[in-house]
Amino acid sequence: MSAADARPGPATGAGATRAGRSPRPPLSRGARARRRRDTRAALLFISPWVVGFAVFTAWPMLYSAYLSLTDYDVINAPSFVGLDNYRRLADDPDVVLAVGNTLWYAVVQVPLHVLTSLGLALLLERAGGRTAGFFRTAFYLPNMTPPVAVGVLLLLLFNGQSGLVNEVLGWVGVDGPAWTTDPAWVKPGLVLVSLLTTGSSVIILLAALRDVPRELYDAALVDGAGFWRRTLRITVPMISGPLFFVTVIGTISALQAFTEAYTAYFGAGNSTYSNDAALFYSIHLFRTAFEYLQMGYASAMAWALFVVILLVTLVQLRLSRRFVYYEGDQR
Amino acid sequence: MGSTTRSSGAAARGGARRGGRHRGPGALAASLAVGALLAAGCATGTGGDGGEAVDYDADAPVGGELVVAGFGTGDEVGAVRLATAEAAMPDVDVQLVEGDLDVQQFLSAVAADDPPDVIGANRDQIGTLAARGAVVPLDACLEGEGVDTSVYRDSALGQLTLDGALYGVPEFNQVQVVMANQQLLDEAGLTLADVDGSSWEAVGAAAEAMAVREDGDLQVIGYDSKLPEFLPLWAQADGVRLLSDDGRTAHLDDPAVVEALTFAADVYARQGGFSAVKANRDAQDFFGAENQFATGVLGAMPFEQWYLNVLDEVSPDAPVVFGTVKTREGEPVAYTAGSAWAIPAGSGNPQAACRLAVTMTATDTWMAAAQARVDAVEADGRRFTGLLTANTEADERIRTELVEPQDLPEPWASGVDAVYAAEDASFSFAANPADAEFTQAWQDAANRVVNGQMEPQESLERAQQEAQAALDAAWAEWDERG
Repeated sequence: MSAADARPGPATGAGATRAGRSPRPPLSRGARARRRRDTRAALLFISPWVVGFAVFTAWPMLYSAYLSLTDYDVINAPSFVGLDNYRRLADDPDVVLAVGNTLWYAVVQVPLHVLTSLGLALLLERAGGRTAGFFRTAFYLPNMTPPVAVGVLLLLLFNGQSGLVNEVLGWVGVDGPAWTTDPAWVKPGLVLVSLLTTGSSVIILLAALRDVPRELYDAALVDGAGFWRRTLRITVPMISGPLFFVTVIGTISALQAFTEAYTAYFGAGNSTYSNDAALFYSIHLFRTAFEYLQMGYASAMAWALFVVILLVTLVQLRLSRRFVYYEGDQR
Repeated sequence: MGSTTRSSGAAARGGARRGGRHRGPGALAASLAVGALLAAGCATGTGGDGGEAVDYDADAPVGGELVVAGFGTGDEVGAVRLATAEAAMPDVDVQLVEGDLDVQQFLSAVAADDPPDVIGANRDQIGTLAARGAVVPLDACLEGEGVDTSVYRDSALGQLTLDGALYGVPEFNQVQVVMANQQLLDEAGLTLADVDGSSWEAVGAAAEAMAVREDGDLQVIGYDSKLPEFLPLWAQADGVRLLSDDGRTAHLDDPAVVEALTFAADVYARQGGFSAVKANRDAQDFFGAENQFATGVLGAMPFEQWYLNVLDEVSPDAPVVFGTVKTREGEPVAYTAGSAWAIPAGSGNPQAACRLAVTMTATDTWMAAAQARVDAVEADGRRFTGLLTANTEADERIRTELVEPQDLPEPWASGVDAVYAAEDASFSFAANPADAEFTQAWQDAANRVVNGQMEPQESLERAQQEAQAALDAAWAEWDERG
C-alpha cells in the first residue's frame, strides 16, 4: 500500500462521510442531563405548532379521509359506503367539467404568472433611487386586496360594455370581448385578473435577482452579451431555484383556484348567473360540501385533489433535478 | 301545564320526523298521554333538548333564555315585530343573533347539540333542513298556540310541508309583477299589455322594438326576461310547474318548459344576446337614483314587488308602470318566495320558540309593524305601498286599513293592485329534501342556454337527469329513515 493510498481522501458521499467520522465520545452525566433539558425546552417551544398542526391539520385530514368513505350530511351519523364516493367521481359530469376548467386555468395561468413576475422583478431591479420603493409597494399592493374584492373588481373591470379593460382596448381600435358572460372568455378574464396579484412572486424573484453575482454580468458584458442573452444565460439559471419555487406554489394555487371565480360567478349575489366555464374543481367541491351538504362525497373530492396536487408536485420536483440550480451544486 | 313527557331517543327522532306521533311498544301509553294532553287543551310535539316531547299551550307562561338566529331588526318592521314578541313573553330573555341564517353554521350547531332556539330561514331551505332532522314539525306548536293555519297562504304552506308535516311558520312573501317604462312603451307604440306575458310573440316584438343598439353595444334593454331565476315563472305561465306537488318528480324536460326557456332566451337573442343584456344590466345603479327606469335604459321586466318601494324612494318621478305578469291565457301568475320561522331539533326552549314564531306572524303584530312603516315613510314624505306577508288576514287588513286610505296616485295605486293580484295567484314548489340541487339544476340549464353552450332541449334533459337523481337519492334517504 502506497503513502497516497493511505492518505484519507476527501469525503465524497454519505458512506464516505460516515466511514470517516470518528466515534462520538460518551457523554458525561451532566451533559446528558443538559441535553435532556434542552430537548424538553425545544419540545416545549415547538409544542404550540405541533398541537396546532395535530388539531387543525392532521386530525381534520385523517377525519376527512374517513368521511370520504361515508355518506355524511353534517347532522346524521356517517354511514360507511366503502369506495362509492370515489367511484362516483368518475361518473360525475360536473367533475369532468371542473377538472377540464381547472387544468386549462393552471396550464395558462401558471406560465403567465411566472413570466409576468419575472418581467416585473427584472424591471424593479433596474429601478433605482427613491422610485424603487414606490414601485415595489405599488406592485405588492394588490396582494393586500381581499380575493373577494378582486372577484368583484373582475366584474367591474371586465364588463363587456362598460368595463375599463374594453375601454382601453377600444383606444387602440380593439373591440373587446364579453369577458364575464361569453364562456370562451370567462377563463381568460380570470387568468388576467389573477395577474394583478403577482406581488409575492415578484418580491421573491427580486430578492433572488439581487443575489446573482455581479461579476457574472461583468464577464458577460466584456464578452459582448446583450440584455436578453445575459437574462437567459445568467439570470434565469442563477435564479432557477426561486423560479421553481414560484412555479410549484403557483401550480398548487392554480389547481385550488376558488375565491375570485366563486365571488364573480357563484357567490351570493351571482349564484343565478353561474357559468359552466368558471366551474373550477374547488368550487364544485365547495358546493357539494356546503350547499348540497354531501360531506362524504366532498371529502372524496378533496382527497382526489390532494393526490393530484401531490403527484404534480412530485413530477415537478423530479424535473427540477435537471433544470434547477441551487447554490453549492457541483453541476 | 308545562310538563314534558320524555321518550326514548329513537322514538323522539321518529317523532321529529312524523309530527310527534309515538310508535312501537309504548304507543298505547303515548296515545293515552297525547289524548290526555289534547283533552286539557294543549298539544304535544317535539323539539326540546334530546328530542323529548314538548307541550305547547297558548295559555302557559314561557320563560328562560331564547336564542334567535336568522333575523334582523335593521328596519322598523323587524324592530317592532321583535319588540311585540318580547312584550308577549315578558319572562323570556331574548338573545338575537342578527343577520341571515348561515346554514352550514346552523347545521354544525345542531350536530353539536347547541343550536339556536328558533331560526328565521328562507322557505326553500326548510325542506332540506327538515329532511336532515335539523328542524322539528310545528303542527303541535301551531295547534297548541291555537293558530288557525288557514290564514296562511297555501303557496307558502306548500313550501314548508314535507311529507304531510308542517316544518315552518310562514313569514314574509315575495311575488313578481311586471314593471315597464311608460315613455319607452309610448315611443314604441306599445302598451303594458304587450309586455305582461299574455302574448309571448308580443313580448319578443316589444323587446326588439324598445332595444337600442349603438356601435355594437346594447344601450337600452327592451325587455329583460330575467333568466335564469324566473324560468319557473315562464314555465308556469305555459302551464307547467317544474316540480310535482309532492316534491318528488322534476318536470324540467317537459315540452312546455322547453318552450318557456326557448321563449325567454329568445327575448335576449333578439336584443343581441344575453351577454349584451347582462353587460348593460351589470353597469347600472340598480338601487340608486340612476336606476334603469329613471335613466330610461330598460323597457320592461318582471321583478319582485319590493322594488316598488325602492323606486318610490330613489326615483319617485320615473315614468314607470306596473301590472301583473300573465299566463298565456291572460291570467295573473307569480312565483312566490319568502321566509319562515322554524324550531331546530334540540332547541333548549321550544315553547318560547313557538310563542315567538306565532307572535311574530300574528295579524296584530303585522299591523303594528305596518303602522310603524307607514309612520316612517310619511315622515320621509313618501308613500306606503304595503307589506307583503304570508298571512292573508294581515295582508287584507294592511291593504284596507293602511294602504287604500292613502288614495295613492298612479303609478303606485296600480302597482299595489298588481302586487295583491299577483299574491292571490302565486304558486310555489313543494318542500323537498334536495332543493339546493334541484334549484341548481334548472338554473344551470337556463344559464347553459343563455350563454350559448346548449340548446334548450338538450340542456333541460341534462338538468332533468341531474335534478331527478338528486331528488330520488334524497327521498330514498328520507323514506329509509322514516
